[in-house]
Amino acid sequence: MRQTIEGYLFISPWIIGFILFTFLPVAASFVMSFFNWRLIQAPVFVGVENYVNMFTADPLFGQSLQVTLIYVVVAVPLQLAFALFLAMLLNQRVRLLPFFRTVFYLPAVVSGVAVAVLWQWLYHPDLGLINEMLRWFGIKGPAWLVSPQWALPAIIFMSLWTVGGTMITFLAALQGIPQHLYEAAELDGAGERAKFWHITLPMLSPVIFFNLVLGIIVGFQTFTQAYIMTKGGPLNATMFYALYLYLNAFNFLKMGYASALAWVLFLIILVITIAQLKLSRRWVYYEFEEARA
Amino acid sequence: MTTLPESEATPRAFRRLASVPRVHGWPAQSIRFTNALRRLITYLILVLLGVIMALPFVWMVSTALKPDALVFSIPPEFFPRPWVWRNFIDALTILGHPVHLYVWNTLVIAVLGVVGVALSSSLVAFGFARLEFPGRDKLFVVVLGTMMLPFAVTMVPQFILYQRIGWLDTFLPLIVPYWFGAPFHIFLLRQFFLTIPRELDEAARIDGASNLRIYWNIILPLSRPALATVAIFAFVYHWNDLLWPLIVLSSQKNWTLALFLASFQGYMQQPRWNLLMAASTVLVLPVLILFFFTQKLFIRGIVLTGLKG
Repeated sequence: MRQTIEGYLFISPWIIGFILFTFLPVAASFVMSFFNWRLIQAPVFVGVENYVNMFTADPLFGQSLQVTLIYVVVAVPLQLAFALFLAMLLNQRVRLLPFFRTVFYLPAVVSGVAVAVLWQWLYHPDLGLINEMLRWFGIKGPAWLVSPQWALPAIIFMSLWTVGGTMITFLAALQGIPQHLYEAAELDGAGERAKFWHITLPMLSPVIFFNLVLGIIVGFQTFTQAYIMTKGGPLNATMFYALYLYLNAFNFLKMGYASALAWVLFLIILVITIAQLKLSRRWVYYEFEEARA
Repeated sequence: MTTLPESEATPRAFRRLASVPRVHGWPAQSIRFTNALRRLITYLILVLLGVIMALPFVWMVSTALKPDALVFSIPPEFFPRPWVWRNFIDALTILGHPVHLYVWNTLVIAVLGVVGVALSSSLVAFGFARLEFPGRDKLFVVVLGTMMLPFAVTMVPQFILYQRIGWLDTFLPLIVPYWFGAPFHIFLLRQFFLTIPRELDEAARIDGASNLRIYWNIILPLSRPALATVAIFAFVYHWNDLLWPLIVLSSQKNWTLALFLASFQGYMQQPRWNLLMAASTVLVLPVLILFFFTQKLFIRGIVLTGLKG
């Protein structure tokens, strides 16, 4: 009994914080999503109108959802693959490992406004470094952030620069794979490719899964890059969902509509995450973790 | 035997050499040569990628030091002459903004946020890691579940709440919520506490120490590396954060450095990229310096959260 009271006392900061800053706001957001509330006027109950309007009267909702889905579907797997590639390079018992690890990780630390401003300059159509480097190979680079076709790919490509955190989780997991598994496979005549597919990937699957779930959640909330670099343009080609939601809430002051948008985002993330948890039983290999624990 | 994955760089020609005596699928006589070649290719790729990853930083500093005229030169020059250190002063003063206030504001928010999140999260993590009480594991699942909740859902109601209680345009909304523990840090600290042998608590308990004492005098001192990790992550988070300060802080005297940089372009008809890059360098530099002195903690923290997730 004393333990119970003390236990709850210790976690009480989180319980209070959870109620005040998570549970009540989430509930309020749900209620608000059924109101038309322009902040300056009194809220008016409109039922499911906000949700209906999204699908019938607001092309930007579909556009922003599409932009964000493309980003998540393309960028997250690329990020994981690139991070894994870097980690496997570093796992080759290379000399100067701490040096290379630092270089690869560095961009991840500084992410935020500065990175967005810096890449805007790198992507400058005439003066930017990227198009300059393309010129060395005789390629005339696109206008990147000011081109409707290239703006989203540019933001996707740029996200590969900050995969350092993911890389380090992969590297740690690679170093945790027992060497004898590879030795046994070699005795059985397994080549490099077989070892990668049948040992490395299954042993990494819990970390891949963790990074996939997290990457998707973060990807759906992409904001800073779009806000700083493109303001959603050109022609709404980079109108990310989180940016559109922000504009609705704090530029157009449509608090009710923004709340409805937030709930749709929440449901999407929820469904995808639960689906991943269910699917993970088919491909995530946990025996080793359990055996070790 | 190295455990190289078969990369595209593996020359197919070598596989055709396949003569009868083979070791691990490779012709025995060429295996040493092949390994040397592979290592060479590995290092080439490493160096190439390293240069590519570092290049944006070099470009940032190089641009920051350029005189106006050189910014527009095609092809661009990497090593401007002369170096215009004045750009850094201009970047911080040209708009007439009180940048020293922004530095102060950012530090106040970051430091108070860090102290609060470290204290509260460690307290909560201790409860989850060390005490037995009904519903504990279910509640911990809720902690993890809240990481999935998009900020967008709580952002609007929180904004309205702070408007009602007069907290808008103060630092309180940026600091106070972090004094109630943050899921990520609770998770990280709990994982770390679980690695501390329980015998230490038991011994202290036999000597009559209370749980609060065990937390403060045994667990916390042993957890300095984990607490430092939490502090660094939280500091960098506050330092880089844009969305929440953008929503909460309106008057200029309350701005953070991130808000300053975000608004920089808007104030100039023609972006002066050398000044923008100088301002970016100023924002990035403290974080880079912090990272260089605390690398091990960064990496340990990521490994701690990433592996057992």
